[in-house]
Amino acid sequence: MTLKTRQLELEVLRYDPEKDSEPHFQSYSVSCPEDWAILDALNYVKENLDTTLSYRWSCHMMVCGSCGMMVNGEPSLTCKTFIRDLPDKVRIEPLQNLPIERDLVVVLDDVMEKLQRAQPWIIRQDDPPPVDQEYTQSRAALYKFKQYTMCINCMCCYAACPQYGLDPSFIGPAALAMAHRYNLDSRDQGKSQRLDILADHDGVWDCSFVGACSEVCPKSVDPAAAIQQMKVDGAIEWWKQKLPGGKS
Amino acid sequence: MSRQPYVRPMPKASWYLGNARYRRYMFREVTCLLVGVYCALLIWALAALSSGSPERWGAFLAAQQNTAMVVFHALALVYYLVYMTFDWFKLAPKAMPVQFGEQKLPGSVIVVGHYVAWIVVTLFVLWLAGVLQT
Repeated sequence: MTLKTRQLELEVLRYDPEKDSEPHFQSYSVSCPEDWAILDALNYVKENLDTTLSYRWSCHMMVCGSCGMMVNGEPSLTCKTFIRDLPDKVRIEPLQNLPIERDLVVVLDDVMEKLQRAQPWIIRQDDPPPVDQEYTQSRAALYKFKQYTMCINCMCCYAACPQYGLDPSFIGPAALAMAHRYNLDSRDQGKSQRLDILADHDGVWDCSFVGACSEVCPKSVDPAAAIQQMKVDGAIEWWKQKLPGGKS
Repeated sequence: MSRQPYVRPMPKASWYLGNARYRRYMFREVTCLLVGVYCALLIWALAALSSGSPERWGAFLAAQQNTAMVVFHALALVYYLVYMTFDWFKLAPKAMPVQFGEQKLPGSVIVVGHYVAWIVVTLFVLWLAGVLQT
């Protein structure tokens, strides 16, 4: 069976830091089988039409999170954005709200620093178990946070978040979802340590619940939900401090 | 090779115009103006009531009885129902998920619970106000 093909016009944002003062669009006409994803079309351009085109990708199976780009203005993983769902003219740009390193490659330094600030690892206040033992966890305890472990750091949520676009000091959706994932983990004891950072000005309270992060998330992580739950946690902690005998 | 990252700042005043999702958000946020005006009216009403003066309370009531105020109250009611009630109740399962053992309570149950609580509180307020006779 031969697959139907369609002639697609790809408008790709190009930027060469050594030659260009600002980015510009370049068009490529590509004959695409209907089962191709946008990433396949970009790979075709790279291999057959223009070897200078730069973009990130690795797994082509929604796991690595490298191929996030704006496809017709929507933050998307290009490996799961299929030609059959798109019009004949497709505009591809680097992820919004992040600086362009070159062509479709964005600078991730800021979001990487923010992910680290959220301390996305298990923090223990007491001694770890002996080396021949593990931290045990029930399935019910796992289900409390499992959804948030699905994040692949594709940064589509940062591209969708106008709060981050307007004020890049905001720690942002993925970092907060990651922090919440560890706060909910029964093996973790670092919630109050994270709260000091996350309940600050650049933390959860900077979020005005646009909800765009959750709408574009290719892994249905729902960072907006994590942030709202952290606001509830933050408010409860604040009230606890106000009660007689509460910690200061 | 030198690095010269190109920054595309978001336009401060017009960022929401080109995106339907952002426009919907701004439409929701602008309801704060109605909330503000409604609060001012409420404070006026409370001040008139607490003064104990029938003239001041009568003046407040009289000020409400014109087309502009009726339109404002109708508009405020629609906005409150759409954004402060339907919208926030819909989002409640996100902010307050409930899990029993390994099972998560369906979001629809949490939403319906909010509506039931809303009806109970409304009936209680109507009873307090003497609208509902026991």
